Amino acid sequence: MNEMTTIARTTTLKDWETDQEVRWCPGCGDYAILKAVQRTLPEIGAVPENTVFISGIGCSSRFPYYMETYGFHTIHGRAPAFATGLKLANPNLDVWIITGDGDGLSIGGNHTMHLIRRNLDCQIMLFNNEIYGLTKGQYSPTSRVGTTSPSTPYGSIDRPAQPAAFALGAGARFVARGFDVSKELPNVLKAAHAHKGAAFIEIFQNCIVYNKDVFEDFAAPKGAEDRQLWLKHGEPMLFAKGTRGIALDSDALTLKTVDVVDGDWQAAGVIVHDVTNRSVAHMLVEMRFGAFPMALGVLYDDPRPTFEADVVRQNKAASEGKTADLQSLLKKGQTWTVTEGGPEL
Amino acid sequence: MATAVEDRADKRQSPLSDAVVVRFAGDSGDGMQLTGGQFTLSSALAGNDFATFPDFPAEIRAPQGTLFGVSAFQINFGSSAIDTAGDAPDVLVAMNPAALKTNVPQLKQGGLIIADEGEFNDRNLAKAKYDANPLDDGSLAKWQLLKLNISQLTMDAVKPFGLGNKEALRCKNMWTLGLSLWMFDRDRAPLIEWLNGKFAKDPNLAAANVAALNAGHAYGETAELAGPLKQHHVDPAPADPGLYRTLTGAEGIALGLVAGTQLAKLPMFFGGYPITPASAILHHLSRLKEYDVTTFQAEDEIAAICSAIGASYGGSLGVTSSSGPGIALKGEAMGLAIMTELPLVIVNSQRGGPSTGLPTKTEQSDLYQAVYGRNGDAPMPVVAARSPGDAFECAIEAVRIAVQYMTPVMLLTDGYIANAAEPWKVPDLASYQAFPVEFLTEVPEGGFKPYGRDENLKRPWVKPGTPGLLHRIGGIEKEIDTGHINYNPSNHQAMTDLRKEKIDGIKVPDQIVELGAEGGKLAVVGWGSTFGPIHQAVRRKRAEGKDVSHIHIRHIWPLPANLGDLLKSFDTVIVPEMNTGQLKTVLRDQYLVDAKPVNKVSGQPFTIAEIEAAIEGALA
Repeated sequence: MNEMTTIARTTTLKDWETDQEVRWCPGCGDYAILKAVQRTLPEIGAVPENTVFISGIGCSSRFPYYMETYGFHTIHGRAPAFATGLKLANPNLDVWIITGDGDGLSIGGNHTMHLIRRNLDCQIMLFNNEIYGLTKGQYSPTSRVGTTSPSTPYGSIDRPAQPAAFALGAGARFVARGFDVSKELPNVLKAAHAHKGAAFIEIFQNCIVYNKDVFEDFAAPKGAEDRQLWLKHGEPMLFAKGTRGIALDSDALTLKTVDVVDGDWQAAGVIVHDVTNRSVAHMLVEMRFGAFPMALGVLYDDPRPTFEADVVRQNKAASEGKTADLQSLLKKGQTWTVTEGGPEL
Repeated sequence: MATAVEDRADKRQSPLSDAVVVRFAGDSGDGMQLTGGQFTLSSALAGNDFATFPDFPAEIRAPQGTLFGVSAFQINFGSSAIDTAGDAPDVLVAMNPAALKTNVPQLKQGGLIIADEGEFNDRNLAKAKYDANPLDDGSLAKWQLLKLNISQLTMDAVKPFGLGNKEALRCKNMWTLGLSLWMFDRDRAPLIEWLNGKFAKDPNLAAANVAALNAGHAYGETAELAGPLKQHHVDPAPADPGLYRTLTGAEGIALGLVAGTQLAKLPMFFGGYPITPASAILHHLSRLKEYDVTTFQAEDEIAAICSAIGASYGGSLGVTSSSGPGIALKGEAMGLAIMTELPLVIVNSQRGGPSTGLPTKTEQSDLYQAVYGRNGDAPMPVVAARSPGDAFECAIEAVRIAVQYMTPVMLLTDGYIANAAEPWKVPDLASYQAFPVEFLTEVPEGGFKPYGRDENLKRPWVKPGTPGLLHRIGGIEKEIDTGHINYNPSNHQAMTDLRKEKIDGIKVPDQIVELGAEGGKLAVVGWGSTFGPIHQAVRRKRAEGKDVSHIHIRHIWPLPANLGDLLKSFDTVIVPEMNTGQLKTVLRDQYLVDAKPVNKVSGQPFTIAEIEAAIEGALA
């Protein structure tokens, strides 16, 4: 988020749509994410001309063309670097980075890491569909072991990266998860926007052509209660309609699932979610789906000073009391004057 | 070159007969660059024109005494115009056997060797792979040899200050500098002032260094030497009255970029990543925050250029800088800047290649990379600096082209220019014409077209944050005017043509002839840091009555409009360059002229003699 977006101006979803024909495959999860963003921006009072969407390359990276804002569709993996330069040039802009699992974690993993480490004030939406869609279906760094694809006809071998764990490990001060068709997604986006600093959001996104329904095991509406843990600050980590919860196994120093009897979650030792607790955040991002429900919502949120603000502060401090007199700078150092009589100091 | 040394009647006869070239050589840790730098200042204050050549190893602290750990600093100074750091030294100061071994072959026959015999012990001789002590075995007979135990003399001089052995020996370079100052009749006062300033926090150390400097000077003055040590006085070179300073290429680039952005009335954003020999530009700029300069040390070369493009998109002038390997990494992003038509300056401080190559040695082998080195038809202007002072002018020119045509511009310099120093007459900034940028801030008549164009074919520059002009840009082919994605065959043809036409149409000054006539028997065509040796060689040959002219190209792309006709007015064209013939190929391609290559890729600049030989060969 940033200061300028607090200037109130009423917009509607329509104000954020461009006249460009959306070219994703029919049924792609990207449509739902696009709508969620277009629905969210009016609600947070965002101002179109102060909003910039920056993307890399991939299906998700077409996103800026469909947003009636400023937008920059850059090169593969490098959106964070463009965002850094832009934000340093104008810290007042509200910058959203759109990336994917290949763009942001493979070719651009380095930039994602450093953007997060520096804590540039922006929102990073990483669309994770566990596949390279735009290049026709090769396995990606988040694909599960054994994924068959044109480049891995006998199944992929390498272990997948975990985006949220990667972000937290890189020093993220905000980590959230959502999925394309979730009704909660706008709330996650709002929280990310409200966070001053690099806000990392992993969005599970269904690629209906190359990796169809790969998230159905937790995203399917049926039985979702049992498989999704929506985290809310200050509330106990409950799922399965409050009949189960997440507790700390203090012997093993891990999380465990516990049954909650008669709603007495305290008796069951269920943890109350504190978004500023970094230790618990580390356990949440590592919590394996299957043995546990999928942790969704804001996993961690604890702001600290942002990169661009610190740069501005240092530039200002270093300039204090100095004038930008280039002519005198040119004369600085050891100089001498040549006169008709020869040189002198 | 005119004789620069004038013997003084009351002094012993000078053995030197031409311009004075002194080379200080020692171990990386001996402080030779510092000695050379201060001797340079002293030359400036004596009113001599000069050129320097710092020649140091890639290793930061190479093992002591080794051949590859030798660091040297060469200065050519005289009473007339000096264009190069000199071919062969007249004086070699060798602080150890390794320094002698690696540098003595270049010493002029009959030249003077000053060697610190205190360092010529068995251990150091073995490290330098000498079987016998060259100071004693007569192998240096074709030169004049002055053996001094500089180590011991320094220790004696600084004894009163109670320094440890190691610290005392560190003053050796100041002793040597003192002797050199005496040799060339120089004033010690500015150096003493400098030492007192440098060691202000440790007055004892300052005093010790001053004592060493004075002792070296006194040694020259008082020692009864029947040997080769004599004093010379080099008269001041004629120079335009005005304020002067020494300037390295890295300083020239940094100051020129600041001047350029001030003339454009833009803030500067500099994204860089450490690489030799380009880092010095980042270092200089990072201290200039008050000039509306933001510097950013990125995580890699790609992020450095991408952040600069992002800043240009935001309304700053984005600048990035690197050397060959880093420039290669930036290639894709340059293509994006070309496609999105955003201003950007990319500085390439060339070094020996390919791959890691010779990081601290100079070469001009990135010309193809600059002109052609991108995927797709990706035309981009290229400007090349010839000297540190010229780097200042070229940086301003690069900024001008970038903002007036909305294009990335490559500014070529090289390791030699980056590190070398020359006297520079401080320019009057008021004499430069400003070229303030006008951003588009509201919908123009006829509607807003993100890819609409003015008479220069330049598209409008719109800062995000501007109401009413929202639009999207990117690397996919743009539709004419609207900038929307467009894969249409005819549109791609038209846009490719437009991008080419825009760059071809950049107005650059007509090519001038630096020296000689605008036509005749032979043109020596150069670019970049070969200016000095070409200029001197052509001057000498012209003094001999030869029909030869010097043409030096600053605008590598697009080339000056008159260049083709100019080249065709010569019977022969030779192109000396520190590569295997890159400008030569471009000239042949552009003008169908039979330009002949003269190539050197040893990591060392051309000598004047080499260019003279090439001229002789071409005229034969």
